[in-house]
Amino acid sequence: MKKQEKIVIMILTGMALGFGMVPTVNAMHIMEGYLQPAYCIAWGLICIPFLAAGIFRIKKVVNEHRKTLLILAMAGAYTFVLSSLKFPSVTGSSSHPTGTGLGAMIFGPSTMAVIGLIVLLFQAILLAHGGLTTLGANTFSMAIAGPIVSFIIYKIGMKFKLNKHVTIFLATALGDLFTYCVTSVQLGLAHPSSTSGVGGAVLEFLGIFALTQIPLAIIEGFLTVAVFIGLETYAKPELSEIGFLQEVK
Amino acid sequence: MTKNTKIIVILIAACVLLTVIPFLVSKNADFGGADDAAGDVVAELAPDYKPWATPIAEIILGGELPGETESLLFCLQAAIGSGILFYGFGYLVARKKYSKEG
Repeated sequence: MKKQEKIVIMILTGMALGFGMVPTVNAMHIMEGYLQPAYCIAWGLICIPFLAAGIFRIKKVVNEHRKTLLILAMAGAYTFVLSSLKFPSVTGSSSHPTGTGLGAMIFGPSTMAVIGLIVLLFQAILLAHGGLTTLGANTFSMAIAGPIVSFIIYKIGMKFKLNKHVTIFLATALGDLFTYCVTSVQLGLAHPSSTSGVGGAVLEFLGIFALTQIPLAIIEGFLTVAVFIGLETYAKPELSEIGFLQEVK
Repeated sequence: MTKNTKIIVILIAACVLLTVIPFLVSKNADFGGADDAAGDVVAELAPDYKPWATPIAEIILGGELPGETESLLFCLQAAIGSGILFYGFGYLVARKKYSKEG
Protein backbone atom coordinates (compact mmCIF):
# COMPACT_ATOMS: atom_id res chain seq x y z
CA MET A 1 0.00 0.00 0.00
CA LYS A 2 1.19 3.51 -0.77
CA LYS A 3 1.42 6.04 2.02
CA GLN A 4 -1.53 8.03 0.73
CA GLU A 5 -3.65 4.92 0.52
CA LYS A 6 -2.78 4.08 4.08
CA ILE A 7 -3.88 7.51 5.23
CA VAL A 8 -7.15 7.20 3.36
CA ILE A 9 -7.80 3.79 4.87
CA MET A 10 -7.03 5.10 8.34
CA ILE A 11 -9.35 8.06 7.95
CA LEU A 12 -12.10 5.77 6.66
CA THR A 13 -11.59 3.32 9.49
CA GLY A 14 -11.68 6.13 12.02
CA MET A 15 -14.87 7.44 10.52
CA ALA A 16 -16.40 3.97 10.46
CA LEU A 17 -15.56 3.41 14.12
CA GLY A 18 -16.79 6.87 15.04
CA PHE A 19 -20.11 6.30 13.39
CA GLY A 20 -20.25 2.78 14.77
CA MET A 21 -20.53 4.36 18.19
CA VAL A 22 -23.56 6.40 17.23
CA PRO A 23 -26.26 3.79 17.52
CA THR A 24 -29.79 3.60 16.20
CA VAL A 25 -29.53 5.60 13.08
CA ASN A 26 -32.09 4.37 10.69
CA ALA A 27 -30.57 5.19 7.36
CA MET A 28 -33.24 4.96 4.77
CA HIS A 29 -35.67 7.20 2.99
CA ILE A 30 -36.48 10.68 4.21
CA MET A 31 -39.25 10.40 6.75
CA GLU A 32 -42.70 11.87 6.61
CA GLY A 33 -42.75 15.55 7.49
CA TYR A 34 -38.97 15.93 7.59
CA LEU A 35 -38.73 18.27 4.60
CA GLN A 36 -40.29 21.71 4.51
CA PRO A 37 -43.32 22.01 2.19
CA ALA A 38 -41.35 24.10 -0.33
CA TYR A 39 -38.79 21.31 -0.73
CA CYS A 40 -41.48 18.65 -0.95
CA ILE A 41 -43.14 20.49 -3.79
CA ALA A 42 -39.87 21.33 -5.56
CA TRP A 43 -38.61 17.73 -5.54
CA GLY A 44 -42.03 16.54 -6.64
CA LEU A 45 -42.03 18.92 -9.60
CA ILE A 46 -38.51 17.85 -10.60
CA CYS A 47 -39.72 14.25 -10.75
CA ILE A 48 -42.63 14.91 -13.10
CA PRO A 49 -40.74 15.05 -16.44
CA PHE A 50 -38.87 11.83 -15.55
CA LEU A 51 -42.09 10.10 -14.61
CA ALA A 52 -43.72 11.21 -17.86
CA ALA A 53 -40.73 9.90 -19.83
CA GLY A 54 -41.00 6.65 -17.86
CA ILE A 55 -44.68 6.22 -18.65
CA PHE A 56 -44.05 6.76 -22.37
CA ARG A 57 -41.14 4.33 -22.27
CA ILE A 58 -43.20 1.64 -20.53
CA LYS A 59 -46.01 2.20 -23.04
CA LYS A 60 -43.52 1.71 -25.84
CA VAL A 61 -42.20 -1.47 -24.28
CA VAL A 62 -45.73 -2.80 -23.83
CA ASN A 63 -46.71 -1.98 -27.41
CA GLU A 64 -43.59 -2.82 -29.35
CA HIS A 65 -41.78 -5.39 -27.25
CA ARG A 66 -44.59 -7.36 -25.70
CA LYS A 67 -42.36 -10.36 -25.19
CA THR A 68 -40.18 -8.42 -22.78
CA LEU A 69 -43.06 -7.64 -20.46
CA LEU A 70 -42.17 -10.59 -18.24
CA ILE A 71 -38.64 -9.24 -17.85
CA LEU A 72 -40.04 -5.80 -16.98
CA ALA A 73 -42.25 -7.38 -14.32
CA MET A 74 -39.25 -9.29 -12.98
CA ALA A 75 -37.12 -6.12 -12.82
CA GLY A 76 -39.94 -4.37 -10.95
CA ALA A 77 -40.35 -7.33 -8.59
CA TYR A 78 -36.60 -7.28 -7.97
CA THR A 79 -36.86 -3.67 -6.78
CA PHE A 80 -39.80 -4.68 -4.62
CA VAL A 81 -37.83 -7.47 -2.94
CA LEU A 82 -34.56 -5.61 -2.44
CA SER A 83 -36.11 -2.48 -1.00
CA SER A 84 -37.89 -4.58 1.61
CA LEU A 85 -34.71 -6.25 2.86
CA LYS A 86 -33.08 -4.32 5.68
CA PHE A 87 -29.49 -5.36 6.14
CA PRO A 88 -27.27 -4.54 9.10
CA SER A 89 -24.28 -2.43 8.20
CA VAL A 90 -20.83 -1.88 9.72
CA THR A 91 -21.90 1.50 11.06
CA GLY A 92 -24.18 -0.27 13.51
CA SER A 93 -27.38 0.73 11.81
CA SER A 94 -29.54 -0.86 9.16
CA SER A 95 -30.55 0.18 5.70
CA HIS A 96 -31.89 -1.41 2.58
CA PRO A 97 -30.68 -1.60 -1.02
CA THR A 98 -32.69 -0.02 -3.81
CA GLY A 99 -32.76 -2.72 -6.49
CA THR A 100 -33.29 -0.18 -9.24
CA GLY A 101 -30.02 -0.74 -11.10
CA LEU A 102 -31.07 -3.94 -12.88
CA GLY A 103 -34.13 -2.47 -14.54
CA ALA A 104 -32.34 0.77 -15.31
CA MET A 105 -29.67 -1.06 -17.28
CA ILE A 106 -32.11 -3.25 -19.21
CA PHE A 107 -35.01 -0.85 -19.84
CA GLY A 108 -33.43 2.56 -19.32
CA PRO A 109 -33.54 4.76 -16.23
CA SER A 110 -36.90 6.44 -16.93
CA THR A 111 -38.71 3.10 -16.54
CA MET A 112 -37.39 2.81 -13.01
CA ALA A 113 -38.78 6.24 -12.11
CA VAL A 114 -42.28 4.77 -12.41
CA ILE A 115 -41.46 1.43 -10.78
CA GLY A 116 -39.58 3.12 -7.93
CA LEU A 117 -42.51 5.45 -7.32
CA ILE A 118 -44.84 2.46 -6.94
CA VAL A 119 -42.50 0.85 -4.40
CA LEU A 120 -42.15 4.10 -2.46
CA LEU A 121 -45.93 4.61 -2.41
CA PHE A 122 -46.41 1.11 -1.01
CA GLN A 123 -43.87 1.78 1.73
CA ALA A 124 -45.13 5.28 2.52
CA ILE A 125 -48.79 4.31 2.83
CA LEU A 126 -48.60 0.88 4.41
CA LEU A 127 -45.30 0.85 6.23
CA ALA A 128 -44.93 4.40 7.53
CA HIS A 129 -41.53 4.16 5.86
CA GLY A 130 -40.53 7.19 3.85
CA GLY A 131 -43.59 9.38 3.47
CA LEU A 132 -46.17 10.94 1.21
CA THR A 133 -44.90 14.47 1.76
CA THR A 134 -41.32 13.38 1.06
CA LEU A 135 -42.37 11.15 -1.84
CA GLY A 136 -41.00 13.54 -4.44
CA ALA A 137 -37.59 13.77 -2.79
CA ASN A 138 -37.38 10.02 -2.24
CA THR A 139 -38.51 9.29 -5.79
CA PHE A 140 -35.83 11.60 -7.10
CA SER A 141 -33.05 9.91 -5.12
CA MET A 142 -34.06 6.26 -5.43
CA ALA A 143 -35.99 6.09 -8.68
CA ILE A 144 -34.33 8.78 -10.79
CA ALA A 145 -30.80 9.76 -9.67
CA GLY A 146 -29.62 6.26 -8.72
CA PRO A 147 -30.90 4.57 -11.92
CA ILE A 148 -29.39 7.31 -14.09
CA VAL A 149 -25.97 6.76 -12.51
CA SER A 150 -26.29 2.98 -12.98
CA PHE A 151 -27.28 3.48 -16.60
CA ILE A 152 -24.41 5.86 -17.37
CA ILE A 153 -21.78 3.65 -15.73
CA TYR A 154 -23.16 0.66 -17.59
CA LYS A 155 -22.98 2.52 -20.91
CA ILE A 156 -19.41 3.68 -20.22
CA GLY A 157 -18.37 0.14 -19.29
CA MET A 158 -19.86 -1.24 -22.49
CA LYS A 159 -18.22 1.47 -24.57
CA PHE A 160 -14.78 0.61 -23.25
CA LYS A 161 -15.58 -3.11 -23.48
CA LEU A 162 -14.97 -3.81 -19.81
CA ASN A 163 -15.96 -7.20 -18.41
CA LYS A 164 -19.74 -7.11 -18.35
CA HIS A 165 -20.14 -8.67 -14.94
CA VAL A 166 -17.70 -6.19 -13.42
CA THR A 167 -19.51 -3.36 -15.21
CA ILE A 168 -22.90 -4.49 -13.94
CA PHE A 169 -21.54 -4.81 -10.43
CA LEU A 170 -20.05 -1.31 -10.50
CA ALA A 171 -23.11 0.23 -12.13
CA THR A 172 -25.53 -1.22 -9.56
CA ALA A 173 -23.37 -0.64 -6.50
CA LEU A 174 -22.53 2.96 -7.38
CA GLY A 175 -26.12 3.72 -8.39
CA ASP A 176 -27.28 2.38 -5.02
CA LEU A 177 -24.69 4.45 -3.18
CA PHE A 178 -25.50 7.56 -5.17
CA THR A 179 -29.17 7.29 -4.16
CA TYR A 180 -28.20 7.82 -0.55
CA CYS A 181 -25.72 10.58 -1.40
CA VAL A 182 -28.64 12.42 -3.00
CA THR A 183 -30.73 11.78 0.11
CA SER A 184 -27.99 13.36 2.22
CA VAL A 185 -27.83 16.41 -0.03
CA GLN A 186 -31.62 16.75 0.08
CA LEU A 187 -31.62 16.68 3.88
CA GLY A 188 -28.59 18.97 4.11
CA LEU A 189 -30.24 21.56 1.86
CA ALA A 190 -33.39 21.50 3.95
CA HIS A 191 -31.63 21.55 7.31
CA PRO A 192 -28.36 23.47 7.04
CA SER A 193 -26.09 23.40 10.05
CA SER A 194 -25.99 26.65 12.02
CA THR A 195 -22.22 26.49 12.31
CA SER A 196 -21.10 24.99 9.02
CA GLY A 197 -24.02 25.68 6.68
CA VAL A 198 -25.40 23.41 4.00
CA GLY A 199 -22.02 21.78 3.35
CA GLY A 200 -21.57 20.77 6.97
CA ALA A 201 -25.08 19.38 7.19
CA VAL A 202 -24.64 17.44 3.95
CA LEU A 203 -21.42 15.93 5.31
CA GLU A 204 -23.15 14.94 8.52
CA PHE A 205 -25.96 13.20 6.65
CA LEU A 206 -23.46 11.60 4.25
CA GLY A 207 -21.70 10.14 7.28
CA ILE A 208 -24.93 8.34 8.17
CA PHE A 209 -26.52 7.49 4.87
CA ALA A 210 -23.60 6.92 2.51
CA LEU A 211 -21.32 5.17 4.98
CA THR A 212 -24.04 2.78 6.09
CA GLN A 213 -24.88 2.10 2.50
CA ILE A 214 -21.41 1.03 1.30
CA PRO A 215 -21.66 -2.68 2.29
CA LEU A 216 -25.27 -2.77 1.12
CA ALA A 217 -24.31 -1.32 -2.23
CA ILE A 218 -21.77 -4.13 -2.59
CA ILE A 219 -24.43 -6.71 -1.64
CA GLU A 220 -26.81 -5.27 -4.22
CA GLY A 221 -24.05 -5.34 -6.83
CA PHE A 222 -23.35 -9.03 -6.17
CA LEU A 223 -27.03 -10.01 -6.18
CA THR A 224 -27.70 -8.11 -9.37
CA VAL A 225 -24.83 -9.87 -11.14
CA ALA A 226 -26.29 -13.21 -9.97
CA VAL A 227 -29.76 -12.34 -11.28
CA PHE A 228 -28.23 -11.02 -14.47
CA ILE A 229 -26.39 -14.31 -15.09
CA GLY A 230 -29.75 -16.06 -14.72
CA LEU A 231 -31.46 -13.73 -17.17
CA GLU A 232 -28.61 -13.98 -19.62
CA THR A 233 -28.84 -17.75 -19.59
CA TYR A 234 -32.60 -18.13 -19.81
CA ALA A 235 -33.98 -14.92 -21.32
CA LYS A 236 -31.63 -14.28 -24.20
CA PRO A 237 -34.39 -13.67 -26.80
CA GLU A 238 -36.06 -11.01 -24.64
CA LEU A 239 -32.82 -9.29 -23.73
CA SER A 240 -31.77 -9.06 -27.38
CA GLU A 241 -35.18 -7.77 -28.35
CA ILE A 242 -34.91 -4.85 -25.96
CA GLY A 243 -31.44 -4.20 -27.33
CA PHE A 244 -29.58 -5.24 -24.21
CA LEU A 245 -27.47 -8.18 -25.31
CA GLN A 246 -26.14 -6.73 -28.56
CA GLU A 247 -24.08 -4.33 -26.54
CA VAL A 248 -23.14 -6.85 -23.92
CA LYS A 249 -21.30 -9.32 -26.15
CA MET B 1 -21.26 -27.24 -11.61
CA THR B 2 -21.06 -24.92 -14.56
CA LYS B 3 -18.97 -21.78 -14.41
CA ASN B 4 -22.07 -19.61 -13.98
CA THR B 5 -23.42 -21.70 -11.12
CA LYS B 6 -20.07 -21.35 -9.38
CA ILE B 7 -20.09 -17.57 -9.80
CA ILE B 8 -23.63 -17.35 -8.40
CA VAL B 9 -22.79 -19.51 -5.38
CA ILE B 10 -19.71 -17.39 -4.65
CA LEU B 11 -21.70 -14.16 -5.03
CA ILE B 12 -24.43 -15.29 -2.65
CA ALA B 13 -21.87 -16.54 -0.14
CA ALA B 14 -20.19 -13.13 -0.30
CA CYS B 15 -23.55 -11.45 0.40
CA VAL B 16 -24.11 -13.63 3.45
CA LEU B 17 -20.61 -12.82 4.66
CA LEU B 18 -21.19 -9.09 4.22
CA THR B 19 -24.37 -9.39 6.26
CA VAL B 20 -22.59 -11.17 9.10
CA ILE B 21 -19.50 -8.93 9.31
CA PRO B 22 -21.35 -5.93 10.84
CA PHE B 23 -22.28 -8.04 13.86
CA LEU B 24 -18.63 -8.88 14.44
CA VAL B 25 -17.40 -5.33 13.83
CA SER B 26 -19.86 -3.38 15.97
CA LYS B 27 -20.89 -5.74 18.70
CA ASN B 28 -22.90 -3.39 20.84
CA ALA B 29 -24.86 -1.61 18.17
CA ASP B 30 -28.52 -2.36 17.85
CA PHE B 31 -28.73 -1.88 14.08
CA GLY B 32 -31.36 0.74 13.52
CA GLY B 33 -34.91 0.13 14.59
CA ALA B 34 -35.84 3.54 15.95
CA ASP B 35 -37.51 5.15 13.01
CA ASP B 36 -37.09 8.65 14.33
CA ALA B 37 -33.31 8.36 14.74
CA ALA B 38 -32.37 10.02 11.46
CA GLY B 39 -34.60 12.77 12.71
CA ASP B 40 -32.29 13.15 15.70
CA VAL B 41 -29.70 14.61 13.37
CA VAL B 42 -32.28 17.01 12.03
CA ALA B 43 -33.17 17.94 15.59
CA GLU B 44 -29.51 18.57 16.30
CA LEU B 45 -28.96 20.67 13.18
CA ALA B 46 -32.23 22.55 13.28
CA PRO B 47 -33.54 22.46 16.84
CA ASP B 48 -36.59 24.54 15.96
CA TYR B 49 -37.77 22.30 13.16
CA LYS B 50 -40.97 20.39 13.77
CA PRO B 51 -41.97 17.59 11.39
CA TRP B 52 -45.22 18.84 9.95
CA ALA B 53 -46.77 15.57 8.81
CA THR B 54 -47.23 12.12 10.27
CA PRO B 55 -47.34 8.87 8.30
CA ILE B 56 -50.83 8.09 7.05
CA ALA B 57 -50.82 4.64 8.65
CA GLU B 58 -50.12 6.23 12.02
CA ILE B 59 -52.98 8.68 11.57
CA ILE B 60 -55.40 5.87 10.77
CA LEU B 61 -54.15 3.62 13.56
CA GLY B 62 -53.82 6.52 15.98
CA GLY B 63 -50.31 5.47 16.90
CA GLU B 64 -47.23 3.71 15.67
CA LEU B 65 -47.54 0.61 13.54
CA PRO B 66 -46.91 -2.41 15.81
CA GLY B 67 -43.47 -3.93 15.16
CA GLU B 68 -44.91 -7.32 14.30
CA THR B 69 -47.35 -5.85 11.81
CA GLU B 70 -44.59 -3.85 10.24
CA SER B 71 -42.51 -6.97 9.75
CA LEU B 72 -45.59 -8.68 8.32
CA LEU B 73 -45.92 -5.96 5.72
CA PHE B 74 -42.22 -6.02 4.88
CA CYS B 75 -42.43 -9.80 4.50
CA LEU B 76 -45.43 -9.36 2.27
CA GLN B 77 -43.52 -6.95 0.10
CA ALA B 78 -40.61 -9.38 -0.21
CA ALA B 79 -42.96 -12.31 -0.81
CA ILE B 80 -44.88 -10.57 -3.58
CA GLY B 81 -41.64 -9.48 -5.20
CA SER B 82 -39.89 -12.82 -5.07
CA GLY B 83 -43.11 -14.56 -6.12
CA ILE B 84 -43.17 -12.60 -9.37
CA LEU B 85 -39.40 -12.78 -9.86
CA PHE B 86 -39.21 -16.55 -9.51
CA TYR B 87 -42.42 -17.18 -11.42
CA GLY B 88 -40.57 -15.46 -14.25
CA PHE B 89 -37.46 -17.56 -13.77
CA GLY B 90 -39.53 -20.73 -13.57
CA TYR B 91 -41.21 -19.89 -16.85
CA LEU B 92 -37.94 -19.03 -18.56
CA VAL B 93 -36.06 -22.09 -17.31
CA ALA B 94 -38.84 -24.46 -18.37
CA ARG B 95 -39.12 -22.77 -21.75
CA LYS B 96 -35.45 -23.30 -22.45
CA LYS B 97 -35.54 -26.90 -21.25
CA TYR B 98 -38.58 -28.02 -23.23
CA SER B 99 -37.90 -26.06 -26.39
CA LYS B 100 -34.63 -27.97 -26.69
CA GLU B 101 -36.21 -31.38 -26.25
CA GLY B 102 -39.37 -30.70 -28.23
